[in-house]
Amino acid sequence: MAGGHAHALHVHGHSVVHRLPPHLKVAALGLFVVAVVVTPPSAVWAFGVYAGLLVVVAMAAEIPAPFILRRMVIEVPFVVFALLLPFVGTDPQIEVAGLVVSEPGLLAAWTIVAKGTCGLVASILLAATTEVPDILAGLQRLRVPGVIVAIAGFMVRYIEVIAGELARMRVAMAARGYEARHLGQAKALATSAGALFIRSYERGERVYLAMTSRGYAGTMPTFGAAPATGRQIAAALVIPVLAFSVALTAQVIR
Amino acid sequence: MTTAISVRDLTFSYPGGHRALDGVDLDLAAGERVAVFGPNGAGKTTFVLHLNGIHRPERGSVEVAGLAVADDTVMEIRRRVGLVFQDPDDQLFMPTVRQDVAFGPANFGVAGSELDARVMEALEMVGMAEAIDRAPHHLSLGERRRVAVATVLASRPEVLVLDEPSSNLDPASRRELADILKGLDVTMLLVTHDLPYALELCERAVIFNRGRIVADGPTRDLLFDDRLMAANRLELPYGFVG
Amino acid sequence: MHIPDGFFNSVTSAGAGVAAAGGLGVALKQAQAQLRERHIPLAGLVAAFVFVLQMINFPVLPGVSGHLLGGALAAIMMGPAVGVVVVTVVVVIQAFLFADGGVSALGLNVINMAVVTTLAGWVTYRLVRVPLRSTRRSVLAAAFVASVVSVVASAAAFVAEYAVGGVGGVDLTAVGLLMVGVHVLIGLGEAAITVGVVGAVLSTRPDLVYGARDLDSASAAGRLSNRRFVLVAAAVAVALVGLATVASSNPDGLEWVAQQTGFAADATESVTAESPLADYGAGGLGSGAGTIVAGLAGLVTVSGVGALTLAATRRRRQAH
Repeated sequence: MAGGHAHALHVHGHSVVHRLPPHLKVAALGLFVVAVVVTPPSAVWAFGVYAGLLVVVAMAAEIPAPFILRRMVIEVPFVVFALLLPFVGTDPQIEVAGLVVSEPGLLAAWTIVAKGTCGLVASILLAATTEVPDILAGLQRLRVPGVIVAIAGFMVRYIEVIAGELARMRVAMAARGYEARHLGQAKALATSAGALFIRSYERGERVYLAMTSRGYAGTMPTFGAAPATGRQIAAALVIPVLAFSVALTAQVIR
Repeated sequence: MTTAISVRDLTFSYPGGHRALDGVDLDLAAGERVAVFGPNGAGKTTFVLHLNGIHRPERGSVEVAGLAVADDTVMEIRRRVGLVFQDPDDQLFMPTVRQDVAFGPANFGVAGSELDARVMEALEMVGMAEAIDRAPHHLSLGERRRVAVATVLASRPEVLVLDEPSSNLDPASRRELADILKGLDVTMLLVTHDLPYALELCERAVIFNRGRIVADGPTRDLLFDDRLMAANRLELPYGFVG
Repeated sequence: MHIPDGFFNSVTSAGAGVAAAGGLGVALKQAQAQLRERHIPLAGLVAAFVFVLQMINFPVLPGVSGHLLGGALAAIMMGPAVGVVVVTVVVVIQAFLFADGGVSALGLNVINMAVVTTLAGWVTYRLVRVPLRSTRRSVLAAAFVASVVSVVASAAAFVAEYAVGGVGGVDLTAVGLLMVGVHVLIGLGEAAITVGVVGAVLSTRPDLVYGARDLDSASAAGRLSNRRFVLVAAAVAVALVGLATVASSNPDGLEWVAQQTGFAADATESVTAESPLADYGAGGLGSGAGTIVAGLAGLVTVSGVGALTLAATRRRRQAH
């Protein structure tokens, strides 16, 4: 949510994970995350297995650990929040390593950190191994409505263009002696956002003209990806199936 | 000599009432390259948007290779006339170069391996085949311009209309684009303020002013007619001797 | 407010997913007529605009910053149905392309950030405009109130969901009061930006403002605002901050304060990943006092922004 994520998280590569059809990867991510979320938090070992699965995928995809760790910074606020829970949570209080903490708070903290981290790393791995247009194509194959995918396509195409325009407007303001101080951020944003909106909208109108002149009549052409082979489907299912086995075992033996 | 474009008495006003075109007549022979000059607001862009049916004439007619612009012909007209807009960021709206170049022919019913071949052919014509899987915003401006030309070439148009193709290009990119355009076997309309560029590419030129064509002749004659140039707010670059 | 995986139990997450899909389906159906041809690229560009603005944090208090959610803005500019679709696209893409917000929490995030903000913003916008004449001033006043309400409603939705299926362990009242209190302030920032955008667009392209189609171009281009608008906006702000203050200065004892501090962290986090919790907590203010100070600071901020916006706009108008 912080600034600077205009660039997608893709890491170029040709690994087996990179080459899997995108819709299978998106589906696998969804299934894996569901397995994680339904796992009872008391089954600590299960989260160890999930972490192991993620490490295996990251290694197979040749995604360097520092890359993943850097992106995990996004989770810091939730971790901070989670660390507070044991101290502000409701009764009963228990003593752990000399500290009196709330038992429900402690459990909640562990839940957030464990499940949130597994989900986040899995999402990072999808974004790192899949090009943006492929993720969109994957969503389309998974029956996400075409209008949504089309709007998303325009959006990802123009994020950097609009961010660039905003940056130039800020430079122009700075060049005329404007300094973004404490309150300045919101003021600058409020004044430049209006102009930026009009620029964005008018670009949309020009884009529409360019589309029309190339025969667009209301429906976007779809460029279907090759259908997945049985082997690819099997490969994509490995992680979700393992994760669900773990989740089920955790449910049973708790 | 066949006629590629025939415009008769074309008149058009915007909804606000501003008359942008006021009785334009123009004929382009097949294979001709014609430059369009004129000050800002002269009606050049409005004219261009009539050539493939985005605007419809209030009065008069537009024909492309004998086919009049009308509701039932507009798709065929749009295939025949390729518009390349000034800002490649407007022209290139798809997430990848491949999808962008395929957009036109796909809308005109080309599919499958034929579509792939068209995309490759168009990109090779502008020397951008290796960029096929890249995102448009990761290309330089010169590269984006060339891909923008490819997006209309892929529909195999008979007429290519370019709006300010050389603007903001560095000299080398400008040169590369000129060489590409010279090598294309299509009728070409070049809307530009870059007069030397027009002189190099087009033998003939027309000048628009206040919604009318006020001059039509060999590019060189127009450019060295000082009174005509001054009357239409046109100037050759300092030191230019042609 | 991008909720990660595991913050809510699986039943709540799944239920929210179903509800979000249903809401999106309804919005798509409603938007169908509008989303033909021309509006698909336009909606995409507006989505990109919202996305870019969301990346920029503005300070609401020392150590606490917020960013635009954009629901009210999208609703006023493009109508509620297209607004829901546009902001949903932003949230979905943030989850899949930027790992921002958990995939299992996607339904919750869509509901809180796209559906609730847009609909609450739109309904409020319409309601505020009912007793007012069709003027530029009333459009901007309604946009202001709608923005604040949209953000607060989003926070309230989070609290309601938390009551149903959040990971346990913390007293719910505390969550509610602090989330809503802090989001009133963020809402004021949201309102400043929304009014800035709507006002600027009304001045130059009034035809683009869906929620102001009833204005003729003369009244749309009128002066951005005058003292009366500032007074209305300020009155609304005072009322809202006052409400939040009264609500949260109801101390249930020390434990409550401690909990509140804990949730200050969450609220802080929910508006920006950058502002460290320590800044907010280190203030060392009691609950009631903290909220009042927060409210006052927010008021000052918004008044300042409003005044500066007006000044800038006037100068620009004179330049024309």
